[in-house]
Amino acid sequence: MTKLTDLTIAEARKGLDRGDFTAVELADAHLAAMEAHAGLNAYITPTPERARERAAASDARIAKGEAGAMEGIPIAMKDLFCTDGTRTTAGSNILGNFVPPYESTVSENLWKAGAVMLGKANLDEFAMGSSNLTSAFGSVVNPWTRTDAPERKLVPGGSSGGSAAAVAARLALGATGTDTGGSIRQPASFCGITGLKPTYGRCSRWGIVAFASSLDQAGPMARSVEDVAIMLGAMAGHDPKDSTSAPVAVPDFTAAIEQGVKGLTVGIPKEYKPEEGLSPEIEAIWTRGMEMLKDAGAKTVEISLPHTKYALAAYYIVAPAEASSNLARYDGVRYGLRVVEDGDGLNDMYCKTRAAGFGAEVKRRILIGTYALSAGYYDAYYLKAQKVRSLIAKDFKDAFDNGVDVILTPTTPSAAFALDEEVTDPVTMYLNDVFTVPTSLAGLPGLSVPVALTEQGLPQGLQLIGRPFDEETVLRAGRALEKAAAFTAKPRLLEG
Amino acid sequence: MSLDKETVRKIAFLARIDVPDDQLDPLASELSGILDWIEQLREVDTSEVQPMTSVAEMTLPWRDDAVTDGGYPERVTANAPDSQDGFYLVPKVVE
Repeated sequence: MTKLTDLTIAEARKGLDRGDFTAVELADAHLAAMEAHAGLNAYITPTPERARERAAASDARIAKGEAGAMEGIPIAMKDLFCTDGTRTTAGSNILGNFVPPYESTVSENLWKAGAVMLGKANLDEFAMGSSNLTSAFGSVVNPWTRTDAPERKLVPGGSSGGSAAAVAARLALGATGTDTGGSIRQPASFCGITGLKPTYGRCSRWGIVAFASSLDQAGPMARSVEDVAIMLGAMAGHDPKDSTSAPVAVPDFTAAIEQGVKGLTVGIPKEYKPEEGLSPEIEAIWTRGMEMLKDAGAKTVEISLPHTKYALAAYYIVAPAEASSNLARYDGVRYGLRVVEDGDGLNDMYCKTRAAGFGAEVKRRILIGTYALSAGYYDAYYLKAQKVRSLIAKDFKDAFDNGVDVILTPTTPSAAFALDEEVTDPVTMYLNDVFTVPTSLAGLPGLSVPVALTEQGLPQGLQLIGRPFDEETVLRAGRALEKAAAFTAKPRLLEG
Repeated sequence: MSLDKETVRKIAFLARIDVPDDQLDPLASELSGILDWIEQLREVDTSEVQPMTSVAEMTLPWRDDAVTDGGYPERVTANAPDSQDGFYLVPKVVE
């Protein structure tokens, strides 16, 4: 029999309903795996008691024939989602021992569907990073290693790095992530799993620690396209508590995935083949992806998204500007860390608290954002960036208006890099998100599917981008890619 | 766009983040590096372009101006570093 931790969500749901195993057994198998691989540092706060309690409640509902879509499925919750009564850190010291007195809408939706929380997953501080190196709770280790340097520890990507590592290492059947500029898709690619950033507005942002409000979106991370579709169905839905949550119906995403790609037009943006930068290896994997979709009956056409090269620069104004405003709330007054000495005034307290509580990357982005929004610079930076953003969104709209159904690109310009590989220049680190940021700026759904291993034995994903609220076509194409790629490789960590 | 030490000091105060004197110069050069890279946006002609104000093409919903939640100050202040009788306590503001 397949190990319980190796099941997909769909298989586990069937097994639970058939009574092959109980939700408590399934949770215990994952809790044991979490202990065995605690060195990956995928979880900041494991919640074993809560997991067993919820799993027992799931078993009772299954027995009564009242199972929800995620009933008894053990998952990791990115530690950016507020969980009632369970510490929520956002990977930062400034939240201290913050214990939310409320539950985020997305996590609430998942619990209502029967999901079981194993713990809160590690992440880059305030979701700002592409490596998990900025977490105040230590780096996450990617369960994958290079064949030519198996001892060298690699990053899982970020910011949802703990979620991705947990799913890849079989420490959860699925996980929630959030994506602002690539934070679901890039770690999914680095860890060889499937991750979807839904359309902006598909999932409620209520109760998620805010980074950049016009970009942040929650999404599922799992080991198959079908699992991602199941999880998305449970997470999504209109929420009056988030004014940007879209009042649109949630379709049965799983019903769409086996429809195939016959007759679909797949756009291949020529600007994603920069003259310098994209390695021949990644380009070859991308070409294989095109062939797979063509063999499955789709048509590929070259398209142009002319403003692609400006996306990253626009993003690094918009996101820090919104972050500087959102993170103003961490002032040592209402929650979290407070640093104050005798005789200090209110300003001293603010300045000391924020200096001690925020890490270097978060401070850098707050300062950039503050500068971009400050008197005399707003038009030159923020307004300019929002105009470029309009052009980027229009590029995509034009492509879809011209008959393209879905766009295929690499997810990342390279596979996972080493933990000790010093990236001293912030801009070099930002380039990790060059293929994912344009989609975020346009608010479109983007899915990363693992397609191949690189020469060094590391997973590499391809990204599928769709029209607003057309996750179904994205998932359909993703399933076709998944079938053709037959990606079954596992991290070496799990062998023997 | 190159930032000097004094500008960084000013931004840091606007953002209410203490930055020690000896870190102002390195930070200025780091932030200048990022801003230099962002300068490329100037190449884009945006004279006829409206800035994006809404990601999804939807009108923001209206709701009744009514109190729908609240009445539990002890829960609201439960995470406060310092509080008393349902109020937050802070250092003296007015001399």
